[in-house]
Amino acid sequence: MLEQIEGSKAMARVIALCRPQVICAYPITPQTHIVEGLGDLVREGALQNCEFINVESEFAALSVAIGSSAAGARSYTATASQGLLFMAEAVYNAAGLGLPIVMTLGNRAIGAPINIWNDHSDAMALRESGWFQLFAETNQEAADLHVIAFRLAEELSVPVMVCVDGFVLTHAMERVDIPTQQQVDAYLPPYEPVQVLDPADPISIGAMVGPDAFTEVRYLQYYKQQTAFDLIEDLAAEFSESFGRASGGLLRDYHCGDAELAVVAMGSVNGTIKDVIDELRAEGMSIGLVTLVTFRPFPTRALQQVLAGAKHVLVIDRSLDPGMGGPLASNVDLALRNLLSPPAIHSAIAGLGGRPITKASLHRLFMQAMEKPWEGPNFVDLNEKVVGRELHRRARARRSGPAAENVLKILETERAAAFQARIETAE
Amino acid sequence: MKHPFAIALDVGSSKANHTGTWRTNRPEYVDRLPPCNAACPAGEDIQGWLYQAESGDYEAAWRALTANNPLPAIMGRVCYHPCEGACNRGQLDTAVGINSVERFLGDLAIARGWQFTRPDAETGKRVLVVGAGPAGLSAAYHLRHAGHSVVLRDAGPMAGGMMRFGIPKYRLPREVIDAEVARITAMGVALELNSKVDDIEKSLTADRFDAAFLAVGAHIARRAYIPAGGAARILDAVSLLRSMEGEAPPLLGRRVAIYGGGNTAIDVARTARRLGAEEAVIVYRRTREMMPAHDFELEEALEEGVSMKWLSTIRNIDGGKLQIEKMALDDKGFPQPTGEFETLEADSLVLALGQDVDLSLLDKAPGIETENGVVKVGPNMMTGRPGIFAGGDMAPSERTVTVAVGHGKKAARHIDAWLRGTQLEPAPRHELASFDRLNTWYYEDAPATVRPMLEAARRIDSFTEVQGGLDETNALYEARRCLSCGNCFECDNCYGICPDNAVIKLGPGQRFRIDYDYCKGCGLCAAECPCGAIDMVPEEM
Amino acid sequence: MDSTQKLKFYQKGTLTVGNRLVDEASRNVQASRQRSNSLTCGHRACQGCGEALGARYAIDAAMRAAGNQLIAVNATGCLEVFTTPYPETSWQMPWMHSLFGNAAAVASGVAAAMRVTGKHGTRVVAQGGDGGTTDIGFGCLSGMFERNDDVLYICYDNEGYMNTGVQRSSATPPAARTATTPAIGAQPGNVFGTGKFVPKIAVAHDIPYVATASVADLHDLEAKVTRAMSFHGARYIQINVPCPLGWGAASHDTIRLARLAIETGLFPIFEAEYGRVTHVRKIRKPKPVSEYLKLQRRYAHLFRDGVEDPRVARIQGIADRHIEEYGLLES
Repeated sequence: MLEQIEGSKAMARVIALCRPQVICAYPITPQTHIVEGLGDLVREGALQNCEFINVESEFAALSVAIGSSAAGARSYTATASQGLLFMAEAVYNAAGLGLPIVMTLGNRAIGAPINIWNDHSDAMALRESGWFQLFAETNQEAADLHVIAFRLAEELSVPVMVCVDGFVLTHAMERVDIPTQQQVDAYLPPYEPVQVLDPADPISIGAMVGPDAFTEVRYLQYYKQQTAFDLIEDLAAEFSESFGRASGGLLRDYHCGDAELAVVAMGSVNGTIKDVIDELRAEGMSIGLVTLVTFRPFPTRALQQVLAGAKHVLVIDRSLDPGMGGPLASNVDLALRNLLSPPAIHSAIAGLGGRPITKASLHRLFMQAMEKPWEGPNFVDLNEKVVGRELHRRARARRSGPAAENVLKILETERAAAFQARIETAE
Repeated sequence: MKHPFAIALDVGSSKANHTGTWRTNRPEYVDRLPPCNAACPAGEDIQGWLYQAESGDYEAAWRALTANNPLPAIMGRVCYHPCEGACNRGQLDTAVGINSVERFLGDLAIARGWQFTRPDAETGKRVLVVGAGPAGLSAAYHLRHAGHSVVLRDAGPMAGGMMRFGIPKYRLPREVIDAEVARITAMGVALELNSKVDDIEKSLTADRFDAAFLAVGAHIARRAYIPAGGAARILDAVSLLRSMEGEAPPLLGRRVAIYGGGNTAIDVARTARRLGAEEAVIVYRRTREMMPAHDFELEEALEEGVSMKWLSTIRNIDGGKLQIEKMALDDKGFPQPTGEFETLEADSLVLALGQDVDLSLLDKAPGIETENGVVKVGPNMMTGRPGIFAGGDMAPSERTVTVAVGHGKKAARHIDAWLRGTQLEPAPRHELASFDRLNTWYYEDAPATVRPMLEAARRIDSFTEVQGGLDETNALYEARRCLSCGNCFECDNCYGICPDNAVIKLGPGQRFRIDYDYCKGCGLCAAECPCGAIDMVPEEM
Repeated sequence: MDSTQKLKFYQKGTLTVGNRLVDEASRNVQASRQRSNSLTCGHRACQGCGEALGARYAIDAAMRAAGNQLIAVNATGCLEVFTTPYPETSWQMPWMHSLFGNAAAVASGVAAAMRVTGKHGTRVVAQGGDGGTTDIGFGCLSGMFERNDDVLYICYDNEGYMNTGVQRSSATPPAARTATTPAIGAQPGNVFGTGKFVPKIAVAHDIPYVATASVADLHDLEAKVTRAMSFHGARYIQINVPCPLGWGAASHDTIRLARLAIETGLFPIFEAEYGRVTHVRKIRKPKPVSEYLKLQRRYAHLFRDGVEDPRVARIQGIADRHIEEYGLLES
């Protein structure tokens, strides 16, 4: 049924339809509304047979989920940003133990400087933890991906992270089709663990594994991910059939077939990108888009197929590896470099810490990629004046103070000057 | 594999890892000789029968006890219990009341009518035992048990020897002697009373005995020359105590002096008080510390109003007056006359200066040697005349009932071997279970049960038994105070305390076994064994 | 005949593991041939390991109390490493290890799963060393307490990070030498801090049951585990488990040291229910702390050249304070 609903609430509703048995709640912006919504549903009795546990940290949140999952209960938690890093050890542990936990990540920047707004730094920080990572483009997909995530997690006995852009999706009111319980039940069978703590059939879970078997354990993790692509596609197809709309899958191709320039991006920014592409294609530009839904496992082959004809690939990263550049760009680069005639890769860093990615900026960026390609990461809408002044100041004084505060100071000064100029103009 | 590789494992799979290879020292179960057993002149396995008693199986305990000593009700009263002096528990709180438990078992056996089993088969050998005192009764019991035909001859009218004619009733009621003797004769021992053996050789030949055990005791009172004038009444302790068994009690008068410092002197003094003497004074040449009598007997005597004159010698006696010379100890601790005199009023004087053996029955036996008034015997208790063995007071000994019982047992075993034409090889003795090997923390604090005493006032006007017995509750309590020194009592400490589950519990009575596949040799089992029954032995590399 | 003696029937077996004189049902779990041996042989703990012993004692007792319907969660540490090196495990029960600092939380999760899947009879224990409990796992522990999750948490306290090579933890006693508090300089060994006695912190949570116990007193330990299992909700037991390696003691002295820790007053044995101390185990045979310290090389610097360091008196002061605070001596 279609409802005008906040993204978080929609996700909560759909997660509840997945019948999680244990939910671990710990507040961190911007995922808070999801677990609040779930808490309401449990209290109201809409979600029955569910333990809603208020824990004392994100580390405990995932740890409780690890325990409940290993003991045979469908387990869910949500976090964001600092929270994900605080539970990092448990994130790796859940993956290493192969526990099918589903976790929503309300994507948010990581401090310092502390920032509560959206980017993908958190998801990227733990991209090598062994979790499956699915990125939602819309609130509808954010809700739908949870149904797919539970199915995927439990079929493979792996943990799955559903990445939804903080605020942009979590706090946005949109029209979302909330499926029925029957629909979800038909798609998602009850949890049947591959390993479980059970006095009737005891095992020891979590052994110490030395050099003699560690590589094999890791290889098996790798193998599981590399052989999951068909399943992910199949689950998306089945979802589409059951629910009457497309959600999930490895990636979505938007006019790439004939495109000279292909843009690759993840998450909510894809909507804006499509708008710009529509405009540019109307102007005759040969441009397409790959919306990457599944970031882990990284769909190398699917990407190669869809981008085989492109001359230029522009990767938009919503996070930054300060020592390297855009992590998604690096991944795409690695996926494509061995093609017979590999496209040129252009990296753009955009929308860090919640900066809006405007159509105008994207327009400029795409034009530049066609006309004046660059080397290294392109920081979209970078205030070069501010950066220049700070670099200059730092070169002068050893004790130059904290960069973030300095930048804010410079911006304040600029704003004051601009205000003064406007007053003077008005006068 | 039903679960994920390496991350999950099948339970208990570590048993494949034999950690026993780490070991440099191995624990081994041992049995050590408990000090009580080591100290028992009768060779009782005290720890063994206490083990049975503490589980409440008194008949099993009594049978274990009587395997070595057929007279527990008697011994439980008159034994000076060197076992208790040796008891390791004495270093912890107070010694286990072994003697009282022994008496409890002895009395219970009498009350319940438990009997000894008759021998399984007769050997056809005939053995003469001369003297139905403790040594003779013990020997007769063991010889009969071994299947020999035993004739037990005694000069007296009743069996018991010195137990009957030397130990006062208030210490050893006569029904107890009668009951324990009857149990021995019930095995088929032929008891012949009023049958003095004057010539052992003649007796052996006449009745075709294959061997003899002589234990005639020491019944001749030793005298001392004391110049006496007037109508002095001087008696000897042996006669006095013997006459207590007769119809008319001896007349001692109001004031009685006893000369001597042994247990017999005390017996006489206490008997005198019971016969109505207002004063009973023991005159002894030395000090209390040097007195051969047991301290507890002296204490009881003092409680009953007996008084003592230490460092005193009787120089002469004239009518009712004793002239006493005070003595002083010289550098070597010997008493020397001081020339100081005093007078002690006494209606009678009883000499308790020791006893000698009537060895006349040996006069015609060839090869028998005597020394200091007793018969010389070899390590096998045999005299110089093959086939004739001797023990008890007539052989060199401490002259206690317990030693005599031990002699009887020892002689019986050697006689049995001799009759079979073999030699008895002594069983190897275990090393002593010393106190330092115990881990005493595991024993609950439990002081000895105080044996109930009849009130002192009641003692002096009757010959009622002075010392009461234990009832079942406190006998059990007392038995359970035993530390089981050096012998596993299945406390499960080793089984429980092993961090490697390397001790196998074999079940009740079966004790334990070390699983050397897994034992790492940490030594916790040995350190925490309460009774010191585990040794750590270096592994050979 | 009057017997004024107070009768104690089982003198010989009162304090030993077993006692053949009492009926099977009232004997210690560890005396039974049917004990579950939850932690079985072939494990790789050092010789004389107190933790291996304490863990089997505690878990076997919990197994009996739970009718074998028990799941254990283990923090990283010696106990985890020596019991479950691939491909062998010494556990004979459902057991799980996740991380160093999250055992309490994982156990909360297991307990939640039992509730939600209707397995109400299946009980949950979490266990870890002092590092995993009083330091890195403390947040999760406190959270589990505060939520009153149905978990019995057992801390095997060997007073340091032994698995990593004997470093100091917040449970390491003053003056003890560890790899991070070496016996060097003017103040050798661990500092005389304020201490962090987690059982008291547990009591402050008002949880149903808190107790301390020792491998030196099996009767007490099993009684406490059994008592703990009779409650639902959060429960905590801290068991003193000497570490021969870390303490520099002979492997056969493990229990002796644990006993001395009790008898000196350094490790008070008590239990509390719903925030109130309900019982204190009295010292049977009081001992001076020096007797305890001298058996351990981690305190060797306190007795150098036969001279007793004045800090021994400070340690005695700590013991005396415990004795006074908990009333450890028979009045």
